Amino acid sequence: MKFSEEQRVLQISIIVVFGIFALRLFYLQIIDDSYEIWSRQNSVRREIVYPARGVIFDRNRERVVVNRPIYNLMVVPRQVKTDMDTAAFCRLLGIERKTFEERMNQIVRHSRFKPSIFAAQISVEEFAAIQEGLFEFPGFYAESRAVRYYPRPVAGHLLGYTGEVNDKDIDASSGYYLPGDYIGIAGLEKTYEPYMRGLRGIRYRYVDVHNRVVGSYKDGTLDSGATPGHELELSIDIKLQEYAEQLMRNKRGSVVAIEPESGEILVMVSAPGYDPNLMVGKARTRHYKVLSRDSLKPLFNRPIQAQYPPGSIFKPFQALVAQQLGVVNPSTRYPCGGGYRMGSHTVKCTHVHGALDLTESIQFSCNPYYCWTFKNVIDHHSSGSPPSKMYETWRDYMDQFAFGRRTGIDIPNETKGVLPRNAYFDRYHGKGRWRANTIISLSIGQGEIALSPLQMATSMSAVANGGWYYAPHLVRSVGSGDDKRHFRGKKFETGIDKPYFAVVHEALQRVVDAGTATAYGKIEGITVCGKTGTAQNPHGKDHAVFVCYAPRENPKIAVAVIVENAGFGGVWAAPIASLLIEKYLKGEIKRPELEKRLLETNIL
Amino acid sequence: MSGTARRQQSVFQYVDKPLMLSYIALCLLGLLTIYSSVYDAGQDWMNQERGNAMKQLAFVGISWLSIVIILSLDARFFEGLAPLFYLIFLFLSVLVAFVGNEINGARAWFSIGGFGLQPGEFLKLGTILMIAFLLREKSTQLRSQSIKNTLFFVVLFPVVSLLLQKDTGSALVYASFLLVLYREGMSPLLMQLGIWALILGVLTLLFDEKISAGIVLGLSFLYVALSSQRWRTFLRSLTYIIPSLLIIASVEFAYENVLQPHQKKRIDVLLGKVDDVKGAGYNVHQSLIAIGSGGLLGKGYLEGTQTKFDFVPEQSTDFIFCTIGEEFGFVGSILLLLLYLFVLFRILQLSELQGNRFGRVYGYGVASVLFAHIVVNIGMTIGLLPVIGIPLPLLSYGGSSQIAFGLMMGIMLRLDSGRRTGLN
Repeated sequence: MKFSEEQRVLQISIIVVFGIFALRLFYLQIIDDSYEIWSRQNSVRREIVYPARGVIFDRNRERVVVNRPIYNLMVVPRQVKTDMDTAAFCRLLGIERKTFEERMNQIVRHSRFKPSIFAAQISVEEFAAIQEGLFEFPGFYAESRAVRYYPRPVAGHLLGYTGEVNDKDIDASSGYYLPGDYIGIAGLEKTYEPYMRGLRGIRYRYVDVHNRVVGSYKDGTLDSGATPGHELELSIDIKLQEYAEQLMRNKRGSVVAIEPESGEILVMVSAPGYDPNLMVGKARTRHYKVLSRDSLKPLFNRPIQAQYPPGSIFKPFQALVAQQLGVVNPSTRYPCGGGYRMGSHTVKCTHVHGALDLTESIQFSCNPYYCWTFKNVIDHHSSGSPPSKMYETWRDYMDQFAFGRRTGIDIPNETKGVLPRNAYFDRYHGKGRWRANTIISLSIGQGEIALSPLQMATSMSAVANGGWYYAPHLVRSVGSGDDKRHFRGKKFETGIDKPYFAVVHEALQRVVDAGTATAYGKIEGITVCGKTGTAQNPHGKDHAVFVCYAPRENPKIAVAVIVENAGFGGVWAAPIASLLIEKYLKGEIKRPELEKRLLETNIL
Repeated sequence: MSGTARRQQSVFQYVDKPLMLSYIALCLLGLLTIYSSVYDAGQDWMNQERGNAMKQLAFVGISWLSIVIILSLDARFFEGLAPLFYLIFLFLSVLVAFVGNEINGARAWFSIGGFGLQPGEFLKLGTILMIAFLLREKSTQLRSQSIKNTLFFVVLFPVVSLLLQKDTGSALVYASFLLVLYREGMSPLLMQLGIWALILGVLTLLFDEKISAGIVLGLSFLYVALSSQRWRTFLRSLTYIIPSLLIIASVEFAYENVLQPHQKKRIDVLLGKVDDVKGAGYNVHQSLIAIGSGGLLGKGYLEGTQTKFDFVPEQSTDFIFCTIGEEFGFVGSILLLLLYLFVLFRILQLSELQGNRFGRVYGYGVASVLFAHIVVNIGMTIGLLPVIGIPLPLLSYGGSSQIAFGLMMGIMLRLDSGRRTGLN
């Protein structure tokens, strides 16, 4: 075939151009793989699937903390139509036009392209109404998250709360947390964070140019589902907790109730409290600020953080240790002429008791009896050890009751209370220059001693059990089904022989039946053993203290109640403990007048 | 059997099978690709969005029907019809610039019952026919000034009408008629000048006018300095230097004063002077992602993600090559280029074989227009040329374009078939 020269030239031109195109395609499609990455970034969205946080149950399988979906109304300003019906939108959300404009301006200043939260934490009910009209406003869409919800607005202090992780959490987690994740910040939410948080899932979705999800990437083969967090089963009886909080309404103080045989905490109240639902989501910061400024210190977790001089409730423990050391026995009597004189100073007593025996000394709370006992333990012990050494021996026994050390409860920030070692007195008074009388206040639970309400209830469990106890704890088990793991506190032996408890048990029963707590402590059909106390308060009226356990024969509950600035323990603290025990053991209250009086009392 | 019937039978018999099959293949590939680009993976077959694919099917049907009719017509009919066809569409093309519908900034459409008629697409065919008509006599010499003037105006009027419509892309296609004229004996000087102007233009825009001018003068200085007869060489080189400087000046002037801001931006993006993947460069950037992510064999039919989820704009019309690049990969893209190459070569070859000059000029005209469209369109999608919205022949969605190219192919087949039967 004959070709003209011109045709040749044209053919060659065409081939050259097509050749350039082919080379360009080769480069784009074969050599440069950045476009493939771009492509994935473009159209595949990596979505985090947030795991459901573990639900918390109480000891009767009632739900205490659950997850509640909320919605964040998101907006991508660039996608918002300039001619949108702002008035209709404001009506839909129930906001002022001015609010809308302010919020939008704020968001636009931040970013036009990135999704921002227009309105946070919209409840399901509110959102249902909004959702119906939302499609008319392009650029706005909803994102769902789950937050905590507390069906009964109680137990905020022990449950704690969650919030978004901060930079420190993220750095410390070696990749577990990402910005926007929730983390337990206080209470059980913090302690059991590793169990309850679950495992984030990842989902790859195809999105179109409008950021709408159009399908799953590679049919979901790369997706990993979220693993829900483990559930917690608390030792708390949430109904009893609620009842105790009602009794403590308009009062300041603590209630701690423990099941002696297991160390399980049944009730732990810090009054005044707050509705834990206030500590959820975005509003938490605002509410926290208000609560932290409250002069009644509602955020202070009194049962584990407050410490009070135990006063007379210390006497049973003195009696136990002194028996163990062989200083006293049930028939030992010390004289009481209304006080214990040492030089110019006198430790006063409430009455002139005469010469009481050990049981009576507890029953009538005789101060001089314990001054003598303490003096004989520290100064005149038959072993001949010097006071400093004997103090240390005595102190070791007290340590076994968790006095002056942490009980090991499973929430953070527990105080260890106060009960110094001998080195402290050596420093303060000089080595060998102090004796029982120097620190005689300790004998009646005052001076250099302070206990948290939790320590009081824990030590009562040890008394109830006759010498041993489990470290108090709030969580019975983690997980469910085959993965269920049971938790139990460490077992402690007090080192006090069991026979020595008999006299204490008898005395404590008499306190309630015929002693200082008679009026309000007694419950029909239940033998309650208890001890009143008055914690001296240098800043104001003394605090009322009452510790007890019941029933004597087979202890099911040990309780410590502190009502701040309420004076003598028998009047305010004892009836609260008594009602709580009645409610727990009998299920109903047969003393409505007493209950009514307590519910209505305001001692703030 | 009547003479007409016999003629028709033989026309169908002798129609060029390779070209016809290639044409049919391109039409079908276009349908499949349009279906894919509007395909919604979330829908089943019954609810599938296929509006544009169905419309294109109708356009293809109309094209094929038209071709059947064309094949049954007398070949001389087209020669006679050429001026009328040209004038009608020139008139419509001017008219549309004033009363047409504006889409994407160009006022190029008449709206007729939900369909848009774009006279500019048919005017290309009209101009090819008109040029072939003017040059139909073997004796017509391109050197004659009167025929040059006539040809100049025959091309100028459509270009002006298209510029009035703000359809710069289609206007640019008319430059391809230089190829036809070159084949018909016009001096290559104009084309050489055109290529030289392009090189200088790119240099000027990429750097600035001083540097381009410096390069021109520097090269000339070297050329003169190395020459033995410096004075004569100097005088001769002035004939290059002066036009070159004029080109540089006018490119700079046109860029600064004539081009619209969006056109300037497109050129800047193409030359890599600005990196604007959100704004003017968005289309090309997304197009490159779609094609580049196709790899060797592509993501598979209906599996493209960039094109499917609307990242690439205009994906069933001007950017349809993206869908092919993404779903069929390098292999598919090259096969398509080879198919186009085959069509172009076949048309050129058949043109050379035409017994009359009308047929040859017509063939060259068709090849030139096809070539211009392919180069500008694919060059745009692979980021070698600026964004100029013209369709990829026979693949892009669009009734006017599909039917106009169909008619072009039909007439080509008819003229060629007539040659073989000797029946014209």
